[in-house]
Amino acid sequence: MSKERKKVINPEITWKDTTPGGMILDAGNAEDFKTGDWRSMKPIWLKDKCKQCLLCYPVCPDTSILIDEDGKRTEFDYDHCKGCGVCVEVCPFDAIDFVEED
Amino acid sequence: MAIRDRLSGNEAVAVAMKQVNPDVVAAFPITPSTEIPQYFSSFVADGKVDTEFVPVESEHSAMSACIGAQAAGARTMTATSANGLALMWEMLYIAASCKLPIALSVVNRALSGPINIHNDHSDSMGARDSGWVQLYGETNQEAYDNLIQAVKIGEHPDVLLPVMNCYDGFITSHAVENIELIEDEKVKAFVGDYKPEHYLNDKENPIAVGPLDLQNHYFEHKRQQAESMMKAKKVILEVAEEFEKLTGRKYGLFEEYKMEDAEVAIVVINSTAGTAKYVVDQLREKGVKAGLIKIRVYRPFPVDEITAALSKCKAIAVMDKADSFNAAGGPLFTDITSALYGRVDGIKVINYIYGLGGRDVRTDDIAFVYDALLEIVKTGEIKSVYNYLGVRE
Ligand code: SF4
Ligand code: SF4
Repeated sequence: MSKERKKVINPEITWKDTTPGGMILDAGNAEDFKTGDWRSMKPIWLKDKCKQCLLCYPVCPDTSILIDEDGKRTEFDYDHCKGCGVCVEVCPFDAIDFVEED
Repeated sequence: MAIRDRLSGNEAVAVAMKQVNPDVVAAFPITPSTEIPQYFSSFVADGKVDTEFVPVESEHSAMSACIGAQAAGARTMTATSANGLALMWEMLYIAASCKLPIALSVVNRALSGPINIHNDHSDSMGARDSGWVQLYGETNQEAYDNLIQAVKIGEHPDVLLPVMNCYDGFITSHAVENIELIEDEKVKAFVGDYKPEHYLNDKENPIAVGPLDLQNHYFEHKRQQAESMMKAKKVILEVAEEFEKLTGRKYGLFEEYKMEDAEVAIVVINSTAGTAKYVVDQLREKGVKAGLIKIRVYRPFPVDEITAALSKCKAIAVMDKADSFNAAGGPLFTDITSALYGRVDGIKVINYIYGLGGRDVRTDDIAFVYDALLEIVKTGEIKSVYNYLGVRE
């Protein structure tokens, strides 16, 4: 998913390779930081119940509800979803289940 | 031809700033550094510089504005003293960790309390671990020359660190002395244009400066700072060499005065060196092998070079115009003794805390120190390592 980066800053980068003073050279680089492994609860999209009302999409604080080119919601981005459960609360059609992360 | 003039230390520094013509100066007045922004703001008002002058409401804001401006891509300068420097404290570390080559003239003054406006080194000595390069100057000429060199040292790609140009409040800052100024265009050519590789105003290449830096990265960035400080020594010497070609004035990491065969020596910072040189001359006339070392570069600390310069001495007195209150000795004493440790053995080293709060340091005081050293050489005994010089007992 990563776009081309001027500098990939990951946990392995050495002091010689990292940017001066931690300067960030790439806008949107939060994408490289996989926050999905913070999750203790996992939202499950129940496609059959979903009415595509899109009320869940704007409330996700991590932009982890993905929308396809037809404007339909698709799967969660589990690399970044932190499992806060806001989308679960918002969905008026019980189309998002919330289960313990295994 | 160089320009001969008579200027106070502060005026000389303001003239150096005018000649460098920085993009931004953000400053708040505090005695005895006040004249610097005062003179400089008149240069701004008279259209003699292109600088954006930011009259802020505190020194914390002065350094914050400098950090923002320098990160945006501007060459930035400021000046302060004592409690003003203390109020900048938080931002000093941020300037250094963001690798921003700001030039700050510190007109040394006793840090409160008790409140006092006169000279000692408790202000800049406290900032010695903030990650700034620290240059110290004895005279108006040195304060002027050091500021011009500070710009070039800090901005060097191997360094990228902020630089303090320190000199003694009132003694150097207000006394008028003869000075040799460099022509404007030569100063401009010497410092060149400021061309940072990354800067906030580069709209084609947006960046973020100073992000949250937790366990995974903070340590690496501190290691970078350490590396820059290690490399700074070489850069300081290269810049000094280039400066000597321009002016004929020679600068090093420290000045050695009659050290070739010295048996007793004092190590001192700033204006007291002038008084002490006079005493060295008098002792030399009597056949005493006395010498002196005046520190110019305190951060990075020139460990190997200073050890080599002191290695032939029998007894040394380190003079500190600030106390560390570690119950053992001042900051320079600690640095000198740890430099000597394991490198040369057998030199007797004592410490004098002197001149705090602007207490006058006379030739008699310095002569007393050399006498104490000669006594140590004679008897081989140190009565007391950590001493206060000239305090009423
Ligand atoms: S809120 Fe529920 S029903 Fe609406 S789009 Fe999201 S998952 Fe589907
Ligand atoms: S659980 Fe929270 S983070 Fe995950 S998709 Fe729903 S709203 Fe976004």
